[in-house]
Amino acid sequence: MERPITIIPPHRAEAFAALQADILRLQGFTGKRTVARDVGLGPLQEAFPQGIFPIGAVHEFLSHRVEDRSATTGFIAGMLSPLMGTKGTSLWISSRRTLFPPALKAFGLSPEHFIFVDLRRERDVLWAMDEALKCGALTAVVGEVYDLSFTASRRLQLAVEQSQVTGFVLRHCRNQTVNTTTCVSRWKITSLPGDVSYGMPGIGFPQWNVNLLKMRNGKTGNWNVTWRDGRFDLPDADTGIIPLHHKKTG
Amino acid sequence: MAGRFVSIWFPYLLTDWFALRESYLHAVPFVLRTSAHGRMVITAANAAAEEKGITRAMVLADARAVFPTLEVRDAIPDLEARLLNRLAEWCIRFTPVTSVDLPDGLVFDVSGCAHLWGGDQPYLDAIVLRLRKRGYHVRAAMADTIGAAWAMARFGVEPFVIAPRDQLNALLSLPPEALRLEPDTTDRLHKLGLLCIRQIIQLPKASLRRRFGELVLLRLYQALGQVEEALTPVVPLEPYQERLPCLEPIVTATGIALALERLLDVLCGRLREEQKGLRTAVFKGYRIDGKVVAVSVGTSRPSHHVKHLFRLFEERLPTLEPGEGIDLFVLEAASVDDHVPVQEKLWGGMGGLGDMRLSELLDRLANRTGTASIRRYLPDEHYWPERSYRQALSLQENAATLWRTDVLRPLQLLAVPERIEVSATLPDYPPMLFRYKGAIHKIVRADGPERIEQEWWIQEGEHRDYYRVEDEGGSRYWVFRSGHYQEKTEQWFIHGFFA
Repeated sequence: MERPITIIPPHRAEAFAALQADILRLQGFTGKRTVARDVGLGPLQEAFPQGIFPIGAVHEFLSHRVEDRSATTGFIAGMLSPLMGTKGTSLWISSRRTLFPPALKAFGLSPEHFIFVDLRRERDVLWAMDEALKCGALTAVVGEVYDLSFTASRRLQLAVEQSQVTGFVLRHCRNQTVNTTTCVSRWKITSLPGDVSYGMPGIGFPQWNVNLLKMRNGKTGNWNVTWRDGRFDLPDADTGIIPLHHKKTG
Repeated sequence: MAGRFVSIWFPYLLTDWFALRESYLHAVPFVLRTSAHGRMVITAANAAAEEKGITRAMVLADARAVFPTLEVRDAIPDLEARLLNRLAEWCIRFTPVTSVDLPDGLVFDVSGCAHLWGGDQPYLDAIVLRLRKRGYHVRAAMADTIGAAWAMARFGVEPFVIAPRDQLNALLSLPPEALRLEPDTTDRLHKLGLLCIRQIIQLPKASLRRRFGELVLLRLYQALGQVEEALTPVVPLEPYQERLPCLEPIVTATGIALALERLLDVLCGRLREEQKGLRTAVFKGYRIDGKVVAVSVGTSRPSHHVKHLFRLFEERLPTLEPGEGIDLFVLEAASVDDHVPVQEKLWGGMGGLGDMRLSELLDRLANRTGTASIRRYLPDEHYWPERSYRQALSLQENAATLWRTDVLRPLQLLAVPERIEVSATLPDYPPMLFRYKGAIHKIVRADGPERIEQEWWIQEGEHRDYYRVEDEGGSRYWVFRSGHYQEKTEQWFIHGFFA
């Protein structure tokens, strides 16, 4: 490291703050480029380290059913739109893509700023992700895979540390147990019945249960999130968070 | 045919060359000799000797009888081919396509070159002047066809520049030799009293062919421009090519990589100077067993970035089999485009579609998996969901229309709608429940229908009535009924999943 670890100052609170900052710095949360990178998640963001969504890291999303996959895709699309802004470019790498590009527009994204890479083998998907995550010209790389081994996840993590590209791994899990990875976070998004609180007919705004199973240097939690009028809508922080007992998730 | 050709004739090519070395030979009668069938025969005579009546193919003893103080030198075999080759290469300053026309001429393809010298006549004058300055006797002519230019250079009179499409008139008064025929044929033509091309052209084609063979007609048509004639350029038109010969045959991967790197360095340096970038490149290895092995790469936009190109090649290098060893490496840029240099950025920008790093990444991906696997989409003006977007042609192409935002579309769309079994249907209502992949989904809430008609000018078939439905678990689906409501026989499909 370029800077020696801070010597503990006399006051304890300061000491902890300094130590936390050091830990974050050593783990790659440099704080640079994170300015104005609000992903629009409101109170949920308190779960992130320093309240900032970690970019330049790989996030892992689990889905077991095809319906959950589209809920997960919607949630990712919602986070991507503030990250990408108007000029950002992202890569969508998949071996079995069913994503319908025009639908991204509803999440505030320009489908023409996505480049889709459709590959036949899972091995190629991981290779392409690894290459793409090294490319600093991209904002984010989304990869759809079935399995992500520990080694593969570490390769991806090493790739993003240089380029500060954010990686999203969508895992279509085939079985319930999930192996350990080095991804900075692990999410599980499932559909909830649509938000029709206004008593309107029809199926209403999409609503999801967002389960943050792991967040390095952050907190885990469980939230209900609605996508309404082109932004995330969360209930107030004090009522919305359903506290979970903390358990080790790798 | 828009071609334009110059033919150059060196009437005293060999003797001029000797005279350049021994200047006193300029003025005196002088011949070259070689031995044939046990006697000395003259192979070339200079202008002064020809004035005395000494010509080619004369026996040297006869010539000496005519002019006792004749200067004689030994002929050098194949000298004319080497001389002409050198002259042709030197003449590349006038046109990129120069070709040797043995035994005593050159032919240039000068299409589109003359205007740089201010017109046909100044251009021809410039060529003649420069060659004369080098010390050669030169006659040159320009015409639309190689045959006409050849004829005018050797047998024509002023003007030597034949106007476009005027070669017929120029040729009419020339002798049959001007058609580049075998001496036997010209002899026969003379014997029959056919002394100029005008007479030959008037003859019926069938009898010309029968009496003198196919060649006469071919040459005639070539001279008139009715049959195309190709040139073999001295320097092949592969301008962006680098070669690396090796002292020892290379067999190791490291050696091959080093050779590639060195060739890329040189080639890219040259491309950078000329503000070009390569689009496709071939790296060839000439093996000592006579085989040629090659790998090629392509880029999505012109590039002269050594590191990037090297990485593209690196993927393919293992397929290059050195066998017994490679002793010559060649790197060719088969297609090259203009590459406008941009100012280097000290701080990496936000990226975006125009970023060079992005196209380099896509090159690497395409190089391994094929360009077909990389897609970008733009909106297309169709209601039919499968046709509502199209593939973009390039990274830079912009959308001509806006993406539709007035209708909701599912985030996941099945490539082909899948049949579902439904029950308890009412006209113009979604089903009460449906079975998809073995699971039964009870529909709690629904939106719709949204009717999408077939675009009959593209495809015939039933319309679709789409419903957005939600089951009791909160999963949202896009289902449709194909065609109108019919009890028992209607068909329902699932087409997508909403977020």
